[in-house]
Amino acid sequence: MKPAKFEYHAPATVDEAVGLLKRYNGEARVLAGGQSLIPMMNFRVAAPAALVDLNRIPSLAYIRADGDTVRIGAMTRQRAIEFSPVVREKLPLLHEAISWVGHLPTRSRGTIGGSLAHADPAAELPMALQALEGEVVARGPAGERTIKAGDLFSSSLTTTLKPDEILTEIRFPASPPGAAYAVEEFARRHGDFAITAIACLLVRDGTRCKMARLATGGVGPVPLRLTAAETILEQRGLAEDAIEAAAAAAAAAVDPMSDHQGSAEYRRHLTQVLTRRAVQKALARKP
Amino acid sequence: MTIATESRYVGKPMVRREDKRLLTGRGQYIADFTLPRMLHAAFVRSPVAHARIKSVDLSAARAAPGVVYALSGPELAKIVPPVSDSQLSLPAKWKSQIQHKFLNPQQPMLAHDKARHVGEAIAIVVAESRYAAEDAAELVAVDFEPLPAVVDAEAALKPDSAVVHEQYKTNTIGEFVLRKGDVDSAFARAKHKLRRRFHHHRYAAIPMETRGVVATYDERTDSMTIWSSTQVVHWVRKEAATMLGIPEARIRSVALDVGGGFGVKGHVYPEDLLIPFVARAIGQPVKWIEDRHEHLISACHSRDQIHEIEVAFDDQGHILGFRNDYVVDCGAWNPIGSGIAYNTAVHMLGPYKFQDFSVRARIAATNKVANAPYRGAGRPEAALVTERVMDLIAQELKLEPDEVRRRNMIRADEMPYAMGVPYRDGQPIVYDSGDFPSLLAKALSALGGMGAFRKRQREARAQGRYLGFGLGCYTEGTGVGPFESATVRVDPSGKIYVTSGACPHGQGMETIFAQIVADLWSVDPADVVVQLADTSAIAIGFGTMASRSTVTGSAAMHDASRRLQKKVLAIGANLLECAAGDVELRKGGVGIIGVPGKEISLAKIAHAARPGWDNGRPQGVEAGLEETNYWEPPTVTWSSAVHAAIVEVDIGTGKVTIDKYAIAHDCGTVVNPLLLDGQIVGGAAQGLGGALLEEFNYDAQGQLLTGSLMDYLLPTASDIPNFELIHQSSPTPLNPLGVKGVGEGGAISPPVVIANAVSDALREFGAEFNSTPIKPEQIVRAVRAGAARR
Amino acid sequence: MTEPKMSLVDVRLTVNGKPYAGQCEPRKLLVDFLREDLGLTGTHAGCEHGICGACTILFNGEAARSCIMLAVQANGAEITTVEGLAKGAELHPLQQAFHEHHALQCGFCTPGMLMAAIDFLKVNPAPTEHEVREAMSSVICRCTGYQNIVKAILAAAPKMRASA
Repeated sequence: MKPAKFEYHAPATVDEAVGLLKRYNGEARVLAGGQSLIPMMNFRVAAPAALVDLNRIPSLAYIRADGDTVRIGAMTRQRAIEFSPVVREKLPLLHEAISWVGHLPTRSRGTIGGSLAHADPAAELPMALQALEGEVVARGPAGERTIKAGDLFSSSLTTTLKPDEILTEIRFPASPPGAAYAVEEFARRHGDFAITAIACLLVRDGTRCKMARLATGGVGPVPLRLTAAETILEQRGLAEDAIEAAAAAAAAAVDPMSDHQGSAEYRRHLTQVLTRRAVQKALARKP
Repeated sequence: MTIATESRYVGKPMVRREDKRLLTGRGQYIADFTLPRMLHAAFVRSPVAHARIKSVDLSAARAAPGVVYALSGPELAKIVPPVSDSQLSLPAKWKSQIQHKFLNPQQPMLAHDKARHVGEAIAIVVAESRYAAEDAAELVAVDFEPLPAVVDAEAALKPDSAVVHEQYKTNTIGEFVLRKGDVDSAFARAKHKLRRRFHHHRYAAIPMETRGVVATYDERTDSMTIWSSTQVVHWVRKEAATMLGIPEARIRSVALDVGGGFGVKGHVYPEDLLIPFVARAIGQPVKWIEDRHEHLISACHSRDQIHEIEVAFDDQGHILGFRNDYVVDCGAWNPIGSGIAYNTAVHMLGPYKFQDFSVRARIAATNKVANAPYRGAGRPEAALVTERVMDLIAQELKLEPDEVRRRNMIRADEMPYAMGVPYRDGQPIVYDSGDFPSLLAKALSALGGMGAFRKRQREARAQGRYLGFGLGCYTEGTGVGPFESATVRVDPSGKIYVTSGACPHGQGMETIFAQIVADLWSVDPADVVVQLADTSAIAIGFGTMASRSTVTGSAAMHDASRRLQKKVLAIGANLLECAAGDVELRKGGVGIIGVPGKEISLAKIAHAARPGWDNGRPQGVEAGLEETNYWEPPTVTWSSAVHAAIVEVDIGTGKVTIDKYAIAHDCGTVVNPLLLDGQIVGGAAQGLGGALLEEFNYDAQGQLLTGSLMDYLLPTASDIPNFELIHQSSPTPLNPLGVKGVGEGGAISPPVVIANAVSDALREFGAEFNSTPIKPEQIVRAVRAGAARR
Repeated sequence: MTEPKMSLVDVRLTVNGKPYAGQCEPRKLLVDFLREDLGLTGTHAGCEHGICGACTILFNGEAARSCIMLAVQANGAEITTVEGLAKGAELHPLQQAFHEHHALQCGFCTPGMLMAAIDFLKVNPAPTEHEVREAMSSVICRCTGYQNIVKAILAAAPKMRASA
């Protein structure tokens, strides 16, 4: 289990990195935290001609509150996000989601940009990006563009990033103070990828729900926003029957895959159970 | 003459002498071992489950950078003819008592005619680095003619199945029948009968260190040294001698620090032989370290049995008759013959009085990784059957599960108890000692008792929570023969040197044997030098497996020591100028009984014992202070235990959480309670892994779906509870120390304990869990099906 | 694309306070570099795909899996391995606790277990048992059943707080 040969580049700037990706014309892979890519290379299921290592570009690692937006550099380690007071205060859902990502030693290296660009359908960060309605900034030879969460993931392990584009920044709208949030996940073991996960963000007004955001992980090729369920909560409030209806709508909205970890039917069932529990857990938090 | 038997160290929780090197990174595992000019091997392994090998093209691999050597199975078969099918190595005494038929195909070092499972080695590439060897292995082209994969063990036994070993025209490569009493009339008179099907799934040892071999050949002396991460150095030497055609005396086989074994390293693998073969062919040392993927697709798997049972019982829950027809999915090869299947048959009897029963076992060859003993070796499968049956009888008669067990259990006052069938050593099974009802009472009491649990269960149910109680009792034959060896020597320094055929891989044998020998010699454990796992230290040895090393090794050390001590005392008495009957071993030397002080140190006695001028031996005493003993146990010693657990089932997700887990255990004399607890807890954690997480899944084409540790789920610290251990000690009369084996026991019960507990928790849904692992999805399905029926 | 070039890269780093320099292929895994090029075989490779945690080291003070990092990525880094824990004959308090509580059997996972626990106790110096179990789920032990590892970590925590 040793990687095949590749050419190695550690550019000092994003432009240099983009230039290298262009030069390799789709045959190079970007190395961020490496927590998914290197295992794939060790198994030789990935054997890129070249690696473009972003770890020598310090300007890609930062967490900044910028008005109502939190900007996180793509090479920011998951561990830095976990211990960031800014994230804890302004993006508590992201803070909670991070704790479900792997283990502390993998979060030391794993980056937020790497996780989003890898686009594992069972990963927590793509789900959080969806629930928080974030967007990402990509830079390519033609310059920068922003991609909304809903437009980033095209299928399992595939994004709409072009082969010569690099994800440079992730932007999240800060959650309103007092917003309720929760992540519910079911995996066979702590730290594993989710069989099913649900992220929930709610803005309450008494028993009314001003805003509901629900997103999935693990139940389809891409993380999904559960808009029908969100609408039910926003229209019918947060009483038990509304939550139950939203959970049922969530289960109806997903189109999960079957694999040896769980059948589609089981994942659909978990979607319902975890949606209900996520909303209840969010509501149980002190506003 | 008096020989001290004071127990100063046996029974003490001594910390381990092995720890310091392992804690500071200064241990030496096979992967850490290097030799000058050493090359690195990688294997080309079959990507398909069943196919004829038409040709293997190594030309691109041989031309690849850094490659020194490459060899395919078809080429090797021309140089070294494949070993012919072997006879089953079982004692004549067993063969004459048990109706059986066994076919024993022998796995070649490299597959040459057919690939019989995904992962079977077809070619080897040797290069300057493992990286280069893997590069070249990718360039090997194998032309396969695909054959239908034999994946389902029951379908494999049908006449229309494809055949794994075509020379036999059948996939039934083993079969035997074990009977006692008159089962038909027992069934005829019984009021109650139950039929069930049980499946104990396939999982494996998965030590954190994979396998690995380094070999170097010395042309000057025509000798070979093999370092292997193995539990059986003497067996490796024997097989290598046969294959290489050189005497055993010219082969040294060594195991360094071994990073876990649990049975999977307990026999000789093709790689243990091929690496030495290749090292000799090249004339340079060769190293192969199995990677984790290789381990999952080529190191032996275990368990994997399907049982169809029928039980007859009376109104009180007494078992009257028992029939079982079971199939072992053996995979492509059967390295240990009847061992697992027969273990299952006899351990099904457990701590209970079975009068009339009939068991048929069949061993099915399939296109999967070979099935070989792993911690428990057929016993977890047996326990799944018997202990589920106990719960099912209880449910049928509306009795508590502990009550049904108690009514069927052999009592302490009935010991020794003859079971009426032979063990696999051919000796009649006689439970030598133990108190099973007391173990049951202790385990129940640790969890607060059955009555208190039922109350708690009802209260939880009222809050929408589902608690369940699971029991699992077992007996275990341990310390099986044929033998183990030990050499004991008084070193010129006065230290006691001891070696044995035992091969430790984490058990702490250096510590345990030092404790035992220190007591035997009235010395400090620090004055005992223990050397293990090296054939150059002792000519004949067996190895470590089957919960046997402390049992058989300690007995061999005892007998060798006692013989040597006669000589030591004779020389001591000579030096003290008194009669041998007037001296004793004490304070690291020999002193006159009743006369304190003036001990002659063992160093002085060793000096006096030397051959040559001016020695201090009395007349008639030969030179040297060394004795070897081969302990041939009369038969196995019987350990026993009761596991009990309370679980909570989340019916929403299917998650099982273990609330409490207690183990009441009896392994006779305890040598080191600290290490004993470690063995029990470690085994139980593996059992829980098997119960809830670990699983080898194959698809219909025989592709392994769990070929990485992403998919093969080993339990972590957050999956395993704290275990409460309760010890009971019934020393065996069958060996000098009264010890019984403990290595495997912990792993036997957890699968059935969880199956029973989850079934108990979900009884209102009519859910029964008769197959393992108990997976969340299965629970959710059972609950939904049960709810739909209501 | 053509066959990638076989150029070697320089790796200079500090391990256990000592500077090291070496050359290797860019694809060389950090765990292999530590073991083969620097002779520090205390760090073990148990799975080579980032699951078992046996290869865990401290990379610039933080626990990381060395089997899924490239050696070249360690250029300029400060690494601590299990060989760097004891001070001469004196064991690190966590090593001592592992010894006293019989928290190791075969010892293969132990180096990774120690390094992961040291990092964890830095971010959570007074953990509960539940927190220890959850955090230590990053390293797989097949021998001990974890009970004594958890005990040892809980016992070492106050000693490490006192010496921090």
